[in-house]
Amino acid sequence: MDYRTYEETAQKIRVDVIREVFEANSGHPGGSLSSADIVTALYFKVMNIDPEDPEKPDRDKLIFSKGHAAPVQYAALAERGFFPKEELTTLRKLGTRLQGHPKMGALPGIEMSTGSLGQGFSAAVGMALANKMDGNPGRIYAILGDGELQEGIIWEAAMAAGHYGLDGLCAIVDWNGLQIDGRNDDVMKVRPIDEKFRSFGFNVIMCDGHNFESLFRAFDEAKEVKGRPSVIIASTHKGQGVSFMADDPGWHGKAPDEGQARKAVSELGGEW
Amino acid sequence: MGDKKATREAYAEALVELGSERPDLVVLDADLANSTMTGKFRDAYPGRFFDMGIAEQNMYGVAAGLAASGKVVCASSFAMFATGRAFEIIRNSIGYTHLNVKVCATHAGITVGEDGATHQTFEDVAIMRTIPGMTVLDPSDAPSAKALVKLAVNTDGPFYVRLGRAKVPQLYTDEAAAALKIGKGNVLRDGTDCTVIAAGIMVAEAMAAAEELAAEGISVRVIDMYCIKPLDEELILKAAKETGRILTAEEHSVIGGLGSAVAEFTSQNCPVKMYMVGQHDTFGESGKPEELKAKYGMTASDIYKGVHVLMRG
Repeated sequence: MDYRTYEETAQKIRVDVIREVFEANSGHPGGSLSSADIVTALYFKVMNIDPEDPEKPDRDKLIFSKGHAAPVQYAALAERGFFPKEELTTLRKLGTRLQGHPKMGALPGIEMSTGSLGQGFSAAVGMALANKMDGNPGRIYAILGDGELQEGIIWEAAMAAGHYGLDGLCAIVDWNGLQIDGRNDDVMKVRPIDEKFRSFGFNVIMCDGHNFESLFRAFDEAKEVKGRPSVIIASTHKGQGVSFMADDPGWHGKAPDEGQARKAVSELGGEW
Repeated sequence: MGDKKATREAYAEALVELGSERPDLVVLDADLANSTMTGKFRDAYPGRFFDMGIAEQNMYGVAAGLAASGKVVCASSFAMFATGRAFEIIRNSIGYTHLNVKVCATHAGITVGEDGATHQTFEDVAIMRTIPGMTVLDPSDAPSAKALVKLAVNTDGPFYVRLGRAKVPQLYTDEAAAALKIGKGNVLRDGTDCTVIAAGIMVAEAMAAAEELAAEGISVRVIDMYCIKPLDEELILKAAKETGRILTAEEHSVIGGLGSAVAEFTSQNCPVKMYMVGQHDTFGESGKPEELKAKYGMTASDIYKGVHVLMRG
């Protein structure tokens, strides 16, 4: 299978992330770039969605629980045709539909207001429970940050997902190893997360979060598992694709200046 | 009028009746189904009841997800844990999204009794009413609680419904309770010298105080302000103009509750002499509900004394 189309789409989305954050002069580039391939895999292949009918009842839903990575969700939704790409430059500006953290109902494709960490995953569990009650085949995907796993509500939600056997739920941990104050292991060690999720009743899948073959295989496996939820632990790099942002927690929540933005776009194969 | 009954019992009755009318109704609890009485709904509709365990934050997050999927959700715990521990989830996942979740919390206030200070909340109304779009209801008796729970479930958007543990006297017939509306208060007794605006269990105390004061020739109007948000400003304005004195009575801190809500309106629109009966910036303790009400100043006698203070000018 040729994955070049997906790789190119992901790079386009990364370019848009840089443009959005530069235009806003604020936002979170590091964790947006690390999630770009995961988001591309979901919106461009894995998920049953239709930009022409964004609220069709049997659709799959993506909850961006690490809501600070909104720029990558917005860029992907625009690329997928949910709203005009020109609107990306309004990120974080007064009156915009592209709020600093995703706002449910503001834009098609935003299924829950997220950003206060842990809450998106909890709501995703509620959505998976509703679909199970209704026999709705729609699957619920929730992207979690690794630092976010330090929130207590994550483990309350994991316990409930396991308890109720929510096989329509698939969590994806964007495991880039960094959070605002530094390395997860130094700030507050949350590892081993595979064992933690497994002990709460999850099917645990490891994958390379920057390799589409690995990502698609992980999502396929998750769909096959019945009777319990799945979590995909995707190894990633914060700032992936931009040399001076890669693996640097300093780029968690900082906008590039024009020189940096031009360099980043160029490295990503885009045009300024 | 019937026997004394707790508002939490009326809540359970309302849920069971709503269960057949509303197939989209889902009820959640956090390991307190026998105390909040949602267990009655569980027994009647087991497929639409989920115990979320002792994890209130996640319960309200899950409620948001269910509501975003088209369900109307009643999620219950004790008022302390529902509004205290889970405040930020209710604010961000239910309030900001304006989802159809009803936070129906029991065991509010001092009448929790013997469990003591950790379980007696005096802050719940204050924090819930700061959330934009949140309707706040504090019913005074069982018939009105039942009617208001039904109104909450059948009205779109987030609600906070404050319910009690203790059995309370009946003030409404079912017919009278069915006439209650969101955004309104109800004049239970007319009067011209002073208005007592009360909510929850303090309404019955206010009625008793008004009776005593009438015997002394003091005419007291009693308003059951069962809907604390949105507040019935018209009714308050009329009371301020016609009686010139307002006493508020609540089983809640005087910081941020009903008294504060009334004062926020009167101070800007119709400055009037006020007196506030409620919990005065202190924690509770263990004891029998009636003993605690007396010690912390939330009885008919405290309302009686307060009206006299206002009458002396």
